[in-house]
Amino acid sequence: MTPQEQEEFTRRRKARNLVFALVLFGFVALFYAITIVRMGD
Amino acid sequence: MAITAAPVQTMPAEWRDFFALTKPRVMSLVVFTGLAGLLAAPGHIHPVLGFTAILCIALGAGGAATLNQWWEADLDAGMKRTAKRPIPQGRMRREDARDFGLLLSCTSVGVMGLAIHWLAAIILAVSIVYYAVVYTMWLKPRTPQNIVIGGGAGAFPPLIGWVAVTGDITAMPLLLFAIIFIWTPPHFWALALFVQTDYAKVGIPMMPVVAGEKSTRRQIFAYSIGLLLISLTPWAIGGTGAIYGIAALALSGLFLALSVPVGFRTSVPGDTMKPEKRLFAYSVLYLFALFTALVADRMILS
Repeated sequence: MTPQEQEEFTRRRKARNLVFALVLFGFVALFYAITIVRMGD
Repeated sequence: MAITAAPVQTMPAEWRDFFALTKPRVMSLVVFTGLAGLLAAPGHIHPVLGFTAILCIALGAGGAATLNQWWEADLDAGMKRTAKRPIPQGRMRREDARDFGLLLSCTSVGVMGLAIHWLAAIILAVSIVYYAVVYTMWLKPRTPQNIVIGGGAGAFPPLIGWVAVTGDITAMPLLLFAIIFIWTPPHFWALALFVQTDYAKVGIPMMPVVAGEKSTRRQIFAYSIGLLLISLTPWAIGGTGAIYGIAALALSGLFLALSVPVGFRTSVPGDTMKPEKRLFAYSVLYLFALFTALVADRMILS
């Protein structure tokens, strides 16, 4: 892997990890909200 | 070959390519019709649960679209419109698309069942299997009625949105299903008339290729009559008020009017296909407008 490819590899992995983290935290928040709402039913 | 291919395989795919697999533009129509079904249904749903239901419908549609592209990657590679999709371009591994599609599908059904109820989840699961397996794998490559069958998959969102609120299946959500079901063939065949060479190339039996252009045009017209009748039924049975009824009459009337030149003309070599392109463009606007009228009817009149 050339240095340019290595750089691209790192950039893509970083971007993917960031999106994955955001999605996960989004689901955590959503499940929290769902739980609160459903407990009131 | 192996020397040049190896780095491409180890390079992780862009997250945008995974997003592209979910067909975001189709998803916008799915979210809209699902939301319309949810808002037009009688009863109340907590905003958080309403949001969750729509999210699940969108995730399910994204999962089904992803599985569709996993299965059809070879066909997509042969068509100009689809050749730039992530798998045919080699921007990700094919199995990754399959796994991503399965993950989205299972997540959407699971969350729908736990957060809303299992009737909505079961219908969502049926719609995903219907699109990814019955339509994509089984019938699309085998029959020129593929678009009629595929229309069933696109018709599920308002039904699921409605059932998420009411918890039972009644005439109204089934009619919303029927409207999109009848709308899809004229919508898609209008498109197929001006891109038909592509489908013929990869061996998908689209109606214009199999039954001929003339037959397809007559069928577009026939479905437009059917659409007028079915779109007025919710009003006729008292499921909606006059706002929807009058909007449906005007919108479907214009749909029928635009389908007349498409239905009864013959294209010539080098044809610009203007009536077909116009009907296709209007058909998208039509669906947005009709479902907006349905929601407005509920919000204003009740």
